[in-house]
Amino acid sequence: MIHLRLERRSATPAWLNLALPLLALAAALILCSGLVALAGADVLDAYAQLFLTPFSTGFDLEQTAIKAAPLVLTGLAVAIAFRARFWNIGGEGQLYAGAVGAAFLGTQLWLPIGLIWPAMILAGALAGAAWALLPAYLRTRFKVDDVVTTLLLNFILLYGISALLDGPWKNPRSAYPTSPPIRPEAQFPILPGTEQLHLGVLVALLAVPILWFILNRTTFGFAVKAVGENARAAAYAGISTARTILATAALSGALAGLAGAGEVGGVHYQVMADLSPGYGYTGIVIAMLARLNPLGVLPAAIFYAAMITGAEGMSRATGVPVFLADVIQGVSLLTMLTALLFTQYRLRIAGSHPGTARHA
Amino acid sequence: MHDLLAQLLQVGFFAALIRIATPLIFATLGELLAERSGVLNLGVEGIMLFSAMTGFTASYYSGSLWTGVAAAAATGAVMGLLMGLLTVTLGLSQHVSGLGVTMLCSGFAFFFYRLIFGEPSQPPSIQPFRALPIPGLSDLPFIGPVLFNQFALSYLAFAAVLLAALALAHTPWGLSLRTVGENPRAADAAGVNVARIRYQALLLSGALMGIGGAYLSIAQYNAFTFGVISGRGWVAIALVVFGQWQPWRSTLGALLFAFIDALQLRLQASGLIHVPYQIFLMLPFVLTIVAMALVSRNARAPAALLIPFRREER
Repeated sequence: MIHLRLERRSATPAWLNLALPLLALAAALILCSGLVALAGADVLDAYAQLFLTPFSTGFDLEQTAIKAAPLVLTGLAVAIAFRARFWNIGGEGQLYAGAVGAAFLGTQLWLPIGLIWPAMILAGALAGAAWALLPAYLRTRFKVDDVVTTLLLNFILLYGISALLDGPWKNPRSAYPTSPPIRPEAQFPILPGTEQLHLGVLVALLAVPILWFILNRTTFGFAVKAVGENARAAAYAGISTARTILATAALSGALAGLAGAGEVGGVHYQVMADLSPGYGYTGIVIAMLARLNPLGVLPAAIFYAAMITGAEGMSRATGVPVFLADVIQGVSLLTMLTALLFTQYRLRIAGSHPGTARHA
Repeated sequence: MHDLLAQLLQVGFFAALIRIATPLIFATLGELLAERSGVLNLGVEGIMLFSAMTGFTASYYSGSLWTGVAAAAATGAVMGLLMGLLTVTLGLSQHVSGLGVTMLCSGFAFFFYRLIFGEPSQPPSIQPFRALPIPGLSDLPFIGPVLFNQFALSYLAFAAVLLAALALAHTPWGLSLRTVGENPRAADAAGVNVARIRYQALLLSGALMGIGGAYLSIAQYNAFTFGVISGRGWVAIALVVFGQWQPWRSTLGALLFAFIDALQLRLQASGLIHVPYQIFLMLPFVLTIVAMALVSRNARAPAALLIPFRREER
């Protein structure tokens, strides 16, 4: 009897780092093509709409880059958190916390104009960090599961913001529940040489090498990886798990908060309940596809930004529901996770022997 | 204050409490079975959402609510098996697998709903379940209307908890499942097929979550909406911890959560306290986290939770 066996690998070949995400994405697209066909559309046509239109004109290209900026930041937020095995699923809430922090300062008239952008960016990072520190503190102090708390805190924050936008912080001139707009001077500047790219895109772009440096060239980065890979060994080496988790959470939340600040300062100029189409959750998929490597987050974020940008157009042109993009996100997360098996194992085809026959 | 409480805590309040608790009881029990076998099922939120959608759709087209329940249970069971494929057969990270299943299921729910129903101005609706009074018992004072004039699915929820508690504590299958969750190597040595037990637990887990999801779209409400679950699945995970992985304690947790939820609904409706309604909606989530903080220090999860079992490796 022919039997497929997984065999442990001792080392991971370097080419796999690039091949696996591509393999995973290809598998996801093939799996999802059935849904496109089910919706009565031509698969190649729909995928072309989904992935090519976002790059077809300069305008579209910049739109994709603008969407990629928050995704880079939430992807980095998840990557650093997961490295330390701090299961931060709360990127969405931390993004909104950052948006509120940035928008609050952006409406303040007493701030000198020269300070307003850095103040907004800093406020966004601090608010996001604070919102992430809460579950980290609950975990280190009371052993409360971080997955559940980070998720529940998303709901809590969104209800809180909704209450603010309905009441004390409502824009009196708007029929919709939105915050007052930030001052015109607080709107992020457009980067020279571009039509629409705002300061937040630059922040996201700079965050990639900075995070890579922190993770790979600093003692803190070493502690993060040590705690994530083997907390007990890290403790023997004198690394405090609790302190590392708290610091990681703060950094992770700050990155997600920066995404919120960018959306307020560069895109919406105010806070509203639908500020983010789930950037925080997409960050999880992006971080996994990047294998939690900051440098990989950039291309992965661009890919998903393109998909989010292209989904509306694809839906209009082919009638396939926009939610195809959500399904592809979920499927690609699972195919990537499966593909990661090849970093640890290789597939061997062998005849089964009695000892393995019962393995289900 | 006394008057306020008297006004709130009437028969209708406790009847509503049971209605609100029902989907949580299903989901919490499902999560508990998976975790007791050693697998964290983070797919719960998405499984509930997708099943709420398939349950509603099946009811809508068949005209039979029980067909809807069956469709939802089947949806959940299939997704439970997918969790099994990922976490048991492939031994992948339970955290990421569960999040992936939730994303996949949410995507499916939205995609297929849009595909089937398009974008109507009025969401399609059905004639939902009616309360099923139990003859004789429903006439008892207070207890009757609270406990014995509920949806059939609510009785089913309590029956499922009873059955699961008995099965876990007193059957060979329950013993196998508990051992697999605590010490899979010992279970394996004793001749228990670890993978099979975990698949069975995940199948049941998904089916229960599915029924919990469908309850919302075909009993409590009469339509499927994108926000129909809104965090109930995540709450179920918290309730399992709160209940220390014990069926009745977790059910008690679900009832406590429902108590707070019913209370906030009453307070909102009473108009006696002038606080934005969102604060009321937030309250059960805040208290869930507080409860987690109180119990988590002494909580002891199944020892093999999160750890994949590979027979050939030691």
